[in-house]
Amino acid sequence: MQYQTQNIAKTYWLGALLIFAVQVSFGLVGGLIYIAPNLLPVEYFPFNMVRMIHTNALIVWLLLGFFGAAYYLIPEESEREIWSPKLAYVQFAIFFLGGLSAVVGYLFHIYADNARSYLEQPVWIKLGIIVAALIFLLNISMTVLQGRKTAITNVLLLGLWGIAIFFLFSLYNPANTSEDKMFWWYVVHLWVEGTWELVMASVLAFLMLKITGVDREVIEKWLYIIIATALFSGILGTGHHYYWIGAPGYWQWIGSIFSSLEVVPFFGMMIFCFAMVWKGRRDHPNKAAMIWSLGCSVLAFFGAGVWGFLHTLHGINFYTHGTQVTAAHGHLAFYGAYVCLNLAIMTYAFPYLFNRAPYNQVLNIASFWITSAGVVFMTVSLTFAGALGTHLERVQGMSYMDAQDQIGLFYLLRFGGGVVTVLGALLFISSLLLMPRTKTVVTGAIPAAAE
Amino acid sequence: MNAATTQTADAPAEWGPLSALPGHPLMWVLIASELAVFGLALLGYAGARAQNPLAFALEQDSLNRLAGVANTALLLTSGYFAARANQAAHAGDATRTRLWLAAASALGLGFLVVKGFEYAGEFAAGHDIDSSPFFTLYFLVTGFHALHVVLGLIILGIVGRLATKTAVETGTAFWHMVDLIWLVVFPVFYLMR
Repeated sequence: MQYQTQNIAKTYWLGALLIFAVQVSFGLVGGLIYIAPNLLPVEYFPFNMVRMIHTNALIVWLLLGFFGAAYYLIPEESEREIWSPKLAYVQFAIFFLGGLSAVVGYLFHIYADNARSYLEQPVWIKLGIIVAALIFLLNISMTVLQGRKTAITNVLLLGLWGIAIFFLFSLYNPANTSEDKMFWWYVVHLWVEGTWELVMASVLAFLMLKITGVDREVIEKWLYIIIATALFSGILGTGHHYYWIGAPGYWQWIGSIFSSLEVVPFFGMMIFCFAMVWKGRRDHPNKAAMIWSLGCSVLAFFGAGVWGFLHTLHGINFYTHGTQVTAAHGHLAFYGAYVCLNLAIMTYAFPYLFNRAPYNQVLNIASFWITSAGVVFMTVSLTFAGALGTHLERVQGMSYMDAQDQIGLFYLLRFGGGVVTVLGALLFISSLLLMPRTKTVVTGAIPAAAE
Repeated sequence: MNAATTQTADAPAEWGPLSALPGHPLMWVLIASELAVFGLALLGYAGARAQNPLAFALEQDSLNRLAGVANTALLLTSGYFAARANQAAHAGDATRTRLWLAAASALGLGFLVVKGFEYAGEFAAGHDIDSSPFFTLYFLVTGFHALHVVLGLIILGIVGRLATKTAVETGTAFWHMVDLIWLVVFPVFYLMR
């Protein structure tokens, strides 16, 4: 670790890992309710609440992970300490307590009356999130402005500012259901298919720079091309959420055409990561971080890119809208693009933060394969459930619950995949936290980035 | 914060295969993306038309072909002027570069005026973006193209101010793309039957 304030990332990432464990556990509970609805007492575990905790906890820990990544990589990129470490901890306290109390509140049925998926937090928690975001943006912007400006920090800042700005639309709740949905996607779509992609591209660029030792100039060019294609396709790609919700029909064409191209930046990121690793001269000792980075780019390409394209054309979406195909895509996309990204940067940074040589590599690499296998299995099961459900319900005209009965087997398989995923996640968390007692300190200087 | 402008384009080797192209390499990323978008839109048009050939042929007949031909001539000539501006920029003659760019822009403006009259006529006849599958695609594709003409005029204005070789190459590359797309859009929507 070159800068003292990089330590801030530790707090954020430990908080993130805790909520990660909560998130996957509630996923498992949700999967169980699918196959045995009456096993758990419904008054304590209603499905809507379990689902809400599963998705909200996901967003909270991914954001905590992004904040941690920013606090870790910005000092190295800007070549200076974080502007105000104290504010960074204040921000953590507000955000973490806000996130946690939202989740605990859901257990007691406290959430916004006008609840929208992912945005069920009561208004006062939303305002807390905004205050935390403002503190964060002030802190990192001041650091970047006073230090060295690189393409990586520029893109990261652009992404993080975008995240905060689009979150403001969560405060606007039109009474008209169609309008409500349209603005809801301003947050959800423009996050995961816009600004989050900028964060993803810049963090991957940082990891490639450090792990492979390829010249910064080369990495920056890739970064520009990736973010250009991400913004070009992602912004108007929002249209693929406007089918059949009351928006004008021309959105079917805009959505289909632009969102077809959303696969391009993900393809670019995958080619970028592999090209850099092949080209790289450096033999970095942290193989686990490299595997998570490569895995991130591949699974994001399949989950966000290919599985997204499967049902993005309006002619196809007419049948698949709101079926398990969406759930299949959602799981692999979030896992590949954003979960793996966070786990990659944590795997890379933890040894530096604790001033050790890379440790528990075998355990960590095993957790990559186990978790990824679990998520891929869930995705494939849900894809079958979605395709079959679509045919029975939307083509043959079977009623919703009868169709659900027919696809029950796939929910059972999905639960199996979920168990494996949770085991993998716990293995990952222990591989980071259970450090070997014999401490091998990093010998020699930390390899400097190739500039 | 603008990534493209904080970076100088004078280190060509790092852009790989894009380095050999004239102008800023990121312009070619944009051009490729635009061609993909219009390509997909025309593919969508072909699919929609195949499902309902009679209605499409009937509504296509109501378009103003003469205006389409006039606009094709305007854009092609404008493209020629842009190419002359590029030559002048290579010769280092900033004044002539700006004059040719102004001429190219004037014809681009002419295109928009003609298109405006065309749209007015179509609205008056009761067509709009929601009135039928054909007109949805017609207004989307030609409207999106017209927006690119507007953007192109802004870009030509900016590169005219700079009048450097790289800037003019970059700007005119975009303008030629707008021109090229019209050359495909025009026959598909107005002529092919």
